[in-house]
Amino acid sequence: MITAVASKAAALPSLLSLGLARGGTELREFFRQKENLLFTVSLPALLMLLLGTVYVKEPAAAQMFAASMIGAGIISTSFVGLGMSVVADREDGTLKRLRGTPMPFTSYFIGKIVLVFVSSLFEAVLLVVVGLLRFDLELPSSAEKWLTFAWVFSLGVVACSLIGVALSSIAKSTRSAAGVLNLPYVVLQFLSGVFIMQSALPESLRTAGSLFPLKWVCQGFRSVFALDDGYAVMEAAGSWELGKVALVLGAWTIVGLVLVSRTFKWSNTSR
Amino acid sequence: MNAIRVRGLVKAYKGHQAVAGVDLDVARGEVFAVLGPNGAGKTTSVEILEGHRDRDAGEVSVLGVDPARGGREWRSKLGIVLQSATDAATLSVREAVRHYARYYGDPRDPDEVIDLVGLTEKAKSRAGTLSGGQRRRLDVALGIIGRPELVFLDEPTTGFDPEARRQFWGLIRLLASEGTTILLTTHYLDEAEALADRVAVLAGGRIVAEGTPRTLGGRAHADATVRWLSDRGHQEIRTSEPTKVIADLSRHGELAELTVTRPSLEDVYLELIN
Repeated sequence: MITAVASKAAALPSLLSLGLARGGTELREFFRQKENLLFTVSLPALLMLLLGTVYVKEPAAAQMFAASMIGAGIISTSFVGLGMSVVADREDGTLKRLRGTPMPFTSYFIGKIVLVFVSSLFEAVLLVVVGLLRFDLELPSSAEKWLTFAWVFSLGVVACSLIGVALSSIAKSTRSAAGVLNLPYVVLQFLSGVFIMQSALPESLRTAGSLFPLKWVCQGFRSVFALDDGYAVMEAAGSWELGKVALVLGAWTIVGLVLVSRTFKWSNTSR
Repeated sequence: MNAIRVRGLVKAYKGHQAVAGVDLDVARGEVFAVLGPNGAGKTTSVEILEGHRDRDAGEVSVLGVDPARGGREWRSKLGIVLQSATDAATLSVREAVRHYARYYGDPRDPDEVIDLVGLTEKAKSRAGTLSGGQRRRLDVALGIIGRPELVFLDEPTTGFDPEARRQFWGLIRLLASEGTTILLTTHYLDEAEALADRVAVLAGGRIVAEGTPRTLGGRAHADATVRWLSDRGHQEIRTSEPTKVIADLSRHGELAELTVTRPSLEDVYLELIN
């Protein structure tokens, strides 16, 4: 029985396997929250249908509009969705319980990354399907475009998740979190070329929008979905600026990491 | 080595001392109850022991480790039962218990634990649909799934109906019989009396009395009150020698409605905290 005794002390599961176990449970809970699926996850798709009916008069516009809406959609699931889920974890006792177990913070975070990637992908697919059915969206055919989609998606989701979690520390309850997270999200959609072309905005608002990730995610996606690269002239800078997209999103990822490590709270009570 | 050893524990919030110099020893395998009114510092003290709260001063050792520096190995030996959680609402009881079992190196069997807390019939129900008492039993299941050496129960039966409390007590006794050390906070005196090997009374951030439920606050040696009914009405004598008093009285014949009482745990407790 020596092995049994030795393995008992050493047998705590690895960070990664725990993180994946968390992710599985997070997803199970996510897809079981019917109200959330019905009203929050479907909101970007609904907006796409409504706004698209007004804006989209020709195929080229459909491509650009759909790309922006997909960008806004994944930021809804990452920035707003993840931020809300952390606040809910703090409010319902999940975080307090986890803190009393041998599950490290890293694994909790891996679980959230799994949740946010799958839910964002779900959102993106939902929006693409709406685009395909309602606006005859054309999917990019080259591997290069899909590669761009993949990295803009990943970097955008990670950066926005981190900022969402950092901001969620200000909110005391899920009720206040909805405001704390939705206000910047809605304002940024105006400033970032989702609802209105950025080139139609005054200089000051355009600059303000360019400081935040949403504009760059949407611009990256427009480069993926545009019928040809000639449409880059419609961007504020006259080109897709993919290097700058990577740079800004990368910078926000670092800012987000620093903020989360500084501000993350396990509970609402002071220490 | 004691399961818990505390010396001179102090914690203040904004100038108010919530815990003002607590000493505490809990032996391994003991069921120890901390009694005290709201605001006495019970929860703060327990949260410091759990490693969930910083302390301002004092020495603390829990299972031989300072909670402020406890790692995963240490955590895996503790079981913390939450008192007001509503988490995992969309998971079934079995899913939740199985999920938490994965965090530990050597967990108990999830179905056995579900059976132990009496939730077998509810194993497939979602946690969000359980009644208050059932929900707390799920919390216990999640607290003991990792085969803890020490279990913290912070006011576990608040809001229970009498039957649910009795069932819960049975569960605690079962854990204790397996050798688990249990630290329990409560403001129900009958609960402390029924479960605890030893009791401490916390008031104003200090321990004002400590002992077994039978001897707390000098209860065993306190004066007894002898009461009986004579033709002149109800009579009452306070004495340290009730046997002698009754022997003297009974020489004149049968005593109607004879009782001998000592202060109840509640009498002692109320005197201690005021």
